[in-house]
Amino acid sequence: MQLSDLATVCSPNWCPGCGDLAIWGAFKSACVSEGWDSTNTALVAGIGCHGHLLNFTKLVSFEGLHGRAIPLAFGLKMSNHRLNVFVFTGDGDCLSEGGNHFIHACRRNPNLKIFIHDNAIYGLTTGQTSPTSPLGFKSKSTPEGNADFPLNPLALAIASGATFVARGYAGDIPGLSALMIKAQQHQGLAVVDILQPCVTFNKEYTHTFYRENTYQLDGSYQPTDKIAAFQKAQEWGLKSIPLGIFYAVDSPTYESRFPQIAATPLVDHSPDRPDLSGLFRKFV
Amino acid sequence: MSAPIYSLKIGGQAGQGIKSSGQLIAKVASRSGYHIHTYTEFPSLIRGGHNITQVLFSPDEIAAPLRQTDLLIALNQDTITRHLAELVSGSGLLFDADKKFRTAGAAPGVRLLPVPLAKLSGGQELLINTVAVGAALALLGGRLDTLNDLLRAEFADKGDAVIRPNLEAAAAGFDFAARNFAAQVEPRLTPLPDRPRQMIVNGAEAVALGAIAGGLQFAAIYPMSPISGILRVLAQYQAEYGYIYKQPEDEISAVNMAVGAGFAGARAMTATSGGGFCLMTEGYGLAGMTETPVVIVEGMRPGPATGLPTWSAQSDLQFILHAHQGDFPRIVLAASDIRDAFYLTRQAFNLAAKYQTPVVVIIDKDLCDDDHSYPVFDNSDFKLDRGKFTSDFNPGFARYYIESDGISTRSAPGTGNFFIANSDEHNQQGFSSEDISDVVSQQAKRLRKLDTCAQTDMPAPQLIGPPDAPLTLVSWGSNRGAVLHALRDFPDVNYLHLTWMSPFPTTAVTSQLSRARHIIDIESNATAQLAQLIAAQTGITITDHLLKFDGRPFFPDEISAKINSVLHPA
Ligand SMILES: Cc1ncc(C[n+]2csc(CCOP(=O)(O)OP(=O)(O)O)c2C)c(N)n1
Ligand code: SF4
Repeated sequence: MQLSDLATVCSPNWCPGCGDLAIWGAFKSACVSEGWDSTNTALVAGIGCHGHLLNFTKLVSFEGLHGRAIPLAFGLKMSNHRLNVFVFTGDGDCLSEGGNHFIHACRRNPNLKIFIHDNAIYGLTTGQTSPTSPLGFKSKSTPEGNADFPLNPLALAIASGATFVARGYAGDIPGLSALMIKAQQHQGLAVVDILQPCVTFNKEYTHTFYRENTYQLDGSYQPTDKIAAFQKAQEWGLKSIPLGIFYAVDSPTYESRFPQIAATPLVDHSPDRPDLSGLFRKFV
Repeated sequence: MSAPIYSLKIGGQAGQGIKSSGQLIAKVASRSGYHIHTYTEFPSLIRGGHNITQVLFSPDEIAAPLRQTDLLIALNQDTITRHLAELVSGSGLLFDADKKFRTAGAAPGVRLLPVPLAKLSGGQELLINTVAVGAALALLGGRLDTLNDLLRAEFADKGDAVIRPNLEAAAAGFDFAARNFAAQVEPRLTPLPDRPRQMIVNGAEAVALGAIAGGLQFAAIYPMSPISGILRVLAQYQAEYGYIYKQPEDEISAVNMAVGAGFAGARAMTATSGGGFCLMTEGYGLAGMTETPVVIVEGMRPGPATGLPTWSAQSDLQFILHAHQGDFPRIVLAASDIRDAFYLTRQAFNLAAKYQTPVVVIIDKDLCDDDHSYPVFDNSDFKLDRGKFTSDFNPGFARYYIESDGISTRSAPGTGNFFIANSDEHNQQGFSSEDISDVVSQQAKRLRKLDTCAQTDMPAPQLIGPPDAPLTLVSWGSNRGAVLHALRDFPDVNYLHLTWMSPFPTTAVTSQLSRARHIIDIESNATAQLAQLIAAQTGITITDHLLKFDGRPFFPDEISAKINSVLHPA
């Protein structure tokens, strides 16, 4: 497989310099390195600038509704759990419109990979405040400054029961690509919050801001302790935005709890049930 | 001439085992060879409040609940106060002789049947209803050993400590009534020889069984009255029959999960009532836009908002026909009875697969909850239809290829085929497109599916009675039973029953109604929603309506009274 196998007739229409371009690049190189193609992989996206990625990536996919990528991906995964299922979502898509789905996916631990294109802004609707925009943030919807405290996606994921929680940065394509592969290798729900500069509408969280203020978690940090991970997830400030894997533990996947799909994915079971007399007799 | 229908009603507080007592009597009747039909009324409470279950039984089929009561079993004063007026000369009133119930005001000739229920139950509150069932059975000439078999089966997993007191309570009630009311015993439940065993099912169970029969592979259903019975059955048998039932976090999730499963190639469904369907509307259109098969069961109850959670209505028809922005093809079928609940649900899975669009099966609370006798379902005749589907790899696959019948060939992830199921308007591969020719051709293609469906799969609506009649009744859904019951007395009147709401049998309905001399539209809603649909589709305006929107079902006598008022105006 080569990068060109993933090309479609559509060229990216993101703004030049948008972090989505880098996320897309990182994902494609992970596909090439791991052999993710339309025989073994399916993509799901929500609605936002992030969702456009599907048009530029030649992998079978579903672009769902704003906020609803996660339940859609869950139905897909439960029906055919042999597929790698990647969810591309936005901070607005995943944490505002789809917040309920996000926490419930975390507590269930299906083997889904959720990549949050976190630009702390609503991009596609041309620049309103999002759940990860900081307090006081000025935007079209908060001209006097955001009155809401931001959500912390990592802390929320950890608290809700996600078994793999990481933060990536769109400015580091090889690092992000490696993180995506690790997320995929994890058995269970993986959340990767990806710091994604929106060069057009978010003038605070720029490439320069992230380059100056992020650092990579190193071997001295052990991502297996939930309380420590939760504490680490609180860290955010000048020169102190950690990147890497905050939390990763083994836990049975949601799919593994259903004996009916232990041997074969649901879609490979024959739905033809000509003899149901045993079932009907229970009602006599 | 049909055999008479016997109507027994048992009433008490929630928590007194009213529904289970009714079920026991219904099962005894069924095992003794009778047709049964139950009707329950209960508030949205777990304890307290007034509960009643009516059990009708007859050697012949029973179409609808009736207002008559031949035997009233009262476990509390409230039951007597509310239902005494239903008793006429010859009816019986069975009540607890140990409690000082007031029975004053009973019509002349009503038989009072005091049984010391509390004493015979040995002071055990939970056994009072069993004593009452035993006593009723003796009065109706039923067999105690049939009841005993049922009690043993019912409590099999609880063991002898529960079974024995129940058997003793049933026998105590039975013996007391047999001894003290010997002269009043009627042969109402005397076993009938050579009767085939029938199922006892309610509509929710029939829908669940129809789904399993139709090849269900994935169901996501959030609990809500009146459809919770569907998920109870589906959850119970999933491992055995190799499908998955999942309780999601809300109805938005439910429908999107089902769409995701449909995309994967699984036969998928969800179910809800009006409030949950409000939350599903965006996903409903998503299935339409992405041409993903999904079955949605909508169990109606009175609205708006929380409305009357445990009562029935037919007020969601126009909502289901119009929910979601824009235009997309939706197949909408309304079930009227147990047969429909099973066979239409089963067919819905084929239709969804064939037309790659959402199929809604409409039911209502009464259909969901009421038990009926029905011949044992048969699935051996069913032909599973996957529609145009390919799992062959095709490098040039065009998922949304423009076809004259509107139906493009579908594929699934994992086949190697590339396509995008896209919520945005799209071209033939599924890429987002705002190009005029894509926008127009895709929209038109999707809508053509409804014409194809009308031509290939939609049957003519059922006209019951003579083709030429002085009076034509029109109705839908579970009103059918009450209409058919009423029509026993009006052989000249005919009845047009509608099941297909979208696509709509416009030609057949137009031809039938344009020759009708007088039409009465009968509906359980306040705005004549079916008549609105008929007017929109045929241009025929029905001006005479019998509308009921108090949460209760139509009783046949209400329909007879309306027919009489038209045929014999005062
Ligand atoms: C139900 C619904 N509400 C609102 C919208 C409009 N809308 C589209 S994208 C979006 C927010 C996008 O923000 P985010 O999810 O963070 O994605 P981004 O564009 O920043 O990638 C909104 C509000 C919609 N499409 N659907
Ligand atoms: S608006 Fe922002 S998020 Fe959207 S494409 Fe432009 S830079 Fe990227």
